[in-house]
Amino acid sequence: MPAAATPDHAIWKLATIGTLAGAFSGLFGVGGGTIIVPLLILWFGYGERLATGTSLAAIILIGLLGALAQGGIYGNVHIETGLLLAIPAVVGVVVGTAIQQRIPQRAVSYLFALLLVVMAVELILS
Amino acid sequence: MDELIAVLICLFGGLTGGLVGVGGGVLFVPALTIYIGLTQVEAESTSLLMIVVVAIVGAYRQHGYGNVRVREALIVALLSPLGVLLGVVISNNVSERALQLSFAALALLMAAQLVNRARSA
Repeated sequence: MPAAATPDHAIWKLATIGTLAGAFSGLFGVGGGTIIVPLLILWFGYGERLATGTSLAAIILIGLLGALAQGGIYGNVHIETGLLLAIPAVVGVVVGTAIQQRIPQRAVSYLFALLLVVMAVELILS
Repeated sequence: MDELIAVLICLFGGLTGGLVGVGGGVLFVPALTIYIGLTQVEAESTSLLMIVVVAIVGAYRQHGYGNVRVREALIVALLSPLGVLLGVVISNNVSERALQLSFAALALLMAAQLVNRARSA
């Protein structure tokens, strides 16, 4: 095993993050990122950029499994609409990741905290 | 006009996704229900497709910047279906209101810890 490998207890923590991300996305329809990013920062001490990049990579697979289940089994995915609206969204994510490299990492934590507070207020009022 | 608003919301959703590392579904779903007229289930499903596209491009860019740990991301992603099953079981046994309030509490707790950590960094 390479020296830099994640230790065993850390793998359990990663597995817990994955399980929680799946549970919350199933329960609330929110993407797993809401759980993955803060826990990578708080449990693993990841810097904000590393946490958000790793989160996006995990979301590829999490979203794909969800979309395949919804699209393949239930036929609920509007493919054309989704792909068309993905165009502006992709422009947004390219700009967003570029901006992120140029602002202090802690600013990302503050933005994320704001997002979490908005979500909490929405849930309480709903 | 409605389509234009949907485009702008999705642009903003992608921007948020890139900035804070989420898929952007929080914004895609309302854009799809309110401005495109999809039902909630259709919107959530279609939003998943958009999230995949956004996450592929976002992760690719972040990988270029050196900000992705692939192995860790894989472990997190591969365990998520187990979580989805767990979520289904929980949602059938706990009232929706209790779930909403507990998730709100968790979100506020994580927000406070993130701010604390950023302030002391």
